[in-house]
Amino acid sequence: MLNWKKVIKSNEFIVAVMIVFLSIVIGLKNPAFFSIGNVFGVLRSSVVMGIFAMGVLIVLISGGVDVSFPAIALVSMYITVKILISVNYQGTVLVPFAMAGLLGLFLGLINAVFISLFKLPTMIVTLGTSSMFYGFMLFFIGSDYIRDIPQGMVDFAKSNLVTAVQPNGSITGLHPAILIFLVVAILTWLFLKYTMIGRGVYALGGDREAAKRAGFNVVLIEFVIYGFVGMLAGIGGITFGCLLRQANPFAIVGGELEVIAAVVLGGAAITGGRGTVIGAVLGVMLITIMNNSLILVGIPSSWQKVVVGFILIIGTALPALQAQRSEKSTNVTLSE
Amino acid sequence: MQASKNSITNKASLKTKLNIDPNILRLSLIAVTIFVLMSIAKPTIFPTALNISSMAFQLSEIGILSIGMMLTMIIGGIDLSVNATANLAAIIAALSMKNFIPADATPEQIVPFIVLAFIIAMAIGLLCGFLNGVLIAYVKIPAILATLGSMTLFTGISTVITGGTALYGFSDQFLYIGNGTVWNIPVPFIIFITLSVIMTVVLSKTAFGLKVYMMGTNPTAAHYSGINNQKVTVAVHMISGLMASLAGMVILARTNSINPDYGSSYVLQAILISVLGGVSVSGGFGSIPGIVIALISLQFLSTGFNMLLFQHSGSNFFKDFAWGVLLLLVMVINYLSEKRRLKTPNR
Repeated sequence: MLNWKKVIKSNEFIVAVMIVFLSIVIGLKNPAFFSIGNVFGVLRSSVVMGIFAMGVLIVLISGGVDVSFPAIALVSMYITVKILISVNYQGTVLVPFAMAGLLGLFLGLINAVFISLFKLPTMIVTLGTSSMFYGFMLFFIGSDYIRDIPQGMVDFAKSNLVTAVQPNGSITGLHPAILIFLVVAILTWLFLKYTMIGRGVYALGGDREAAKRAGFNVVLIEFVIYGFVGMLAGIGGITFGCLLRQANPFAIVGGELEVIAAVVLGGAAITGGRGTVIGAVLGVMLITIMNNSLILVGIPSSWQKVVVGFILIIGTALPALQAQRSEKSTNVTLSE
Repeated sequence: MQASKNSITNKASLKTKLNIDPNILRLSLIAVTIFVLMSIAKPTIFPTALNISSMAFQLSEIGILSIGMMLTMIIGGIDLSVNATANLAAIIAALSMKNFIPADATPEQIVPFIVLAFIIAMAIGLLCGFLNGVLIAYVKIPAILATLGSMTLFTGISTVITGGTALYGFSDQFLYIGNGTVWNIPVPFIIFITLSVIMTVVLSKTAFGLKVYMMGTNPTAAHYSGINNQKVTVAVHMISGLMASLAGMVILARTNSINPDYGSSYVLQAILISVLGGVSVSGGFGSIPGIVIALISLQFLSTGFNMLLFQHSGSNFFKDFAWGVLLLLVMVINYLSEKRRLKTPNR
């Protein structure tokens, strides 16, 4: 039985309502919002943030904060492209994806060593590794724009999953990268819901010591978490490179807080123990729609940050106030 | 427990504290080592008055930001909006100078307008900090999220005010604050040291300072011993906002320009400096002398590397790498020495 009261009070529901409300407002002001071209555009823009968000979600549930994923994404993507160009690689897009994923996995495991073996706070460790990875790449690997990326990546960038004819006669397509987002989201959901380690992630976020005493292998779980997040970052990074059709060594980095905000808007607790895949996906959609579409309703681009800032504050204040109220009501029942 | 007791009660004088706090001792050693190594490597340019003065200019603005950041971290939070607050305060103060100072004003007439600009900037900083404090203490949004939202909001307001462009061109009297020297000591450095001394006294000699440390160490215990954690949180964030606004004014005066996106890497640097200076991310620890020494060693390191790698393109990228390595290294050493210390007294 679905408990409707619970659903309506959930963060996911609030975010979904915000998305619908925002879409209606934007759509009424400018019907172009609902055109198939714009819908495809929004979906395409959500892919990279969506992939990152799945990693951020797992870390937040486990009670940590990872700010190094943009650096890992960028470093994995840039090194992959650089190596493939130097060997004059001509094959499909699969090899770049595998390479970037593995590089990301490796860098993520470095995070895990500091976090799990030395018991250092996650946010500070990832702050440090982020600076270290990024500085390493720019100084030792290179800091030039690479515009001639391998042909396989270019072909992937130009491909379409489905195409549609717009009213003005032009053809618009949905990029297959959306499938990567979909697969990653489903895998994350399966991992969190049906694997022992996935359940351990929630237990870890609830209380590390309790999880340990309950028999979870905490060190293993932490290595899986940060390895997985690193791998997702690598895949997100190479997807970004494909969509942009160039390796820009100064992109992505600095966008970490926006992704974390998207996941938290979707109901993940920054203190750990709580969060869902569907909530994170909704949070990503909300932020993407805001970033892409405010211009459609005539909000000048200089005002966009003000609006996003307001929505961020309200979006985090509402659940915080609600939690305070429900805490008070449980206290009342206890005292009765 | 020795070290924690000291930083809580702060009864120990500065000198004995330097002797006891292993983190500060270690940092001082690192600073001295870097200074000696760099002086050997580049004897003609590193240990010179000119270089030391230019390093003092560079570390001041980030130092002032770090004081605010450190306070918010001592109570177990964080302030991601320091840089956005600095820019917003400086932009509004800059506009006040642009609009109020008459074109034909004499140098004496300009001074009150500069004072007014500072008052405006500080009011904006206090207001920004007040907003953060209320969101964290009363609405109960986690500090990292509340200040993330306000950071975006403040940057947004700055962008709207300026239209995204930079403001530049200010009077010489104002620029003196960022570029002048008194007895060869840079004015920004004097401001930084003055603020450091004031905050050291506030933290170690006043009831407020004690409350800050108590709340950071254990908020529940602090609450039951009669401390109003919510008021402390608001006050700490208002101080952080105030520090940010002063840093913004120093930046404005030094660079003679300000734009909404200036110095976005300062936030992470301020966190890095606070952690290096002994602030624990779970709150309760940290002192201003720690911050000052962390700043000095980082400045030696980055200036030194810039000199060593001068001919190599992208030498400033090496700085990012070295800072990251240093942060991780210091934390690992702290962890290992803590572990050893906990083992020995049991015997």
